[in-house]
Amino acid sequence: MTALSALIRRDIRIALRVGGGALIGVLFFLTVVVLMPFAIGPDLALLARLGPAILWLGALLASLLTLDRLFTADHDDGSLDLITMSRTPLELSCAVKAVAHWLAAGLPLIIATPILGLLLNLDVGATAAVALTLLAGTPALTFTGMIGAALAVTLHRGGLLLAVLVLPLSIPVLIFGVAASEAAITGPSSFGAPFSILCALSLFGLVVGPYAAAASLRQGLD
Amino acid sequence: MRLSGREVDCVRGGREVFSNLNFEVVSGEAVAVVGPNGSGKTSLLRLIAGLLVPARGSITLEGGEAELTLAEQAHYLGHRDALKPALSVSENLSFWRDFLGGAASDPAESLATVELDHAAHLPAAYLSAGQRRRLSIARLLTVYRPVWLLDEPTNALDTAGQKLFASLIGDHLARGGLIMAATHTPLGITARTLRVGDVS
Repeated sequence: MTALSALIRRDIRIALRVGGGALIGVLFFLTVVVLMPFAIGPDLALLARLGPAILWLGALLASLLTLDRLFTADHDDGSLDLITMSRTPLELSCAVKAVAHWLAAGLPLIIATPILGLLLNLDVGATAAVALTLLAGTPALTFTGMIGAALAVTLHRGGLLLAVLVLPLSIPVLIFGVAASEAAITGPSSFGAPFSILCALSLFGLVVGPYAAAASLRQGLD
Repeated sequence: MRLSGREVDCVRGGREVFSNLNFEVVSGEAVAVVGPNGSGKTSLLRLIAGLLVPARGSITLEGGEAELTLAEQAHYLGHRDALKPALSVSENLSFWRDFLGGAASDPAESLATVELDHAAHLPAAYLSAGQRRRLSIARLLTVYRPVWLLDEPTNALDTAGQKLFASLIGDHLARGGLIMAATHTPLGITARTLRVGDVS
């Protein structure tokens, strides 16, 4: 338990310090969302209608942005060797690293959502609905992305490979995230069903992601 | 405690690095792994640390704690220092003490031993290569592991540092530890030699 809390504290601390990924993700999210009105034009009704989808796409891309460093940073400086050798099962270490990444890089996105909702002409209720779906759905993005991050270590390629591997896997999350937001804002379909599936995807990712990532890391030992 | 390897073959990237290697190290003994560049010294240490899988043969530790694997009872000091530049010297060391677990001593004491206590609050990014090495050595002192696997441990250390390190490994051997070190320079202690990758 000490080991896991030490790992989570270390990763969050590194992410929040200068050069860490936490702030970069939020800034990227902000940039993507701010650019949209310029591209789409000042049609307020259209912006409000597209708002949830834009916020979801922005959050998806922003959460991928820093994910490729999840394991490669530890691999490059040799920490991953010691983590593999330690008395903590690698699966648990992977899960904890993903949780730390979500706390440092995913949670700030959700906190920023109300402000960005203003830019997209979303009212308070709609913004709250999107923020709630992001809260339920972004862990799934992190946990599936973690598998890609582990493969990036195995294959000695970071960056774009991760996006190519992970983006197709995040399609279900995107579909149900936007569906739940739309249902909450405009109706008439129910909010409960897509939202429950979103939660289920996150829980499924929490169970499968760490095992897949640990297996990939073990395979890639060199 | 006895660390032994029987008929170990190592294959990396489809190329045989060494084959049919036998070795044995017992408590209180240091073995210097020597051989030319590319002969497989690092590979051998990584095999023992469980970071590579042997193509054939077995590596076992007898007389250690029964419920722990060999890797869990070993320290690996590799080329890469496992330090985070964003964290301070003492934060780096405290993290490894908490994460690695097992019997541990005060990190501040180990830092004083390796003469880094004046830099405890400095981010690791500002350390020189020799100081990074000293900080890695402090990790070996803080967390107790009976088996030390050292890969070029004295690289980047100055003469005083090498002398200090020689006394530290002497202390570890006296406490019943065992050491395998891949090295080109003498360790400063009496060590048996294991030659890998002879092309004879």
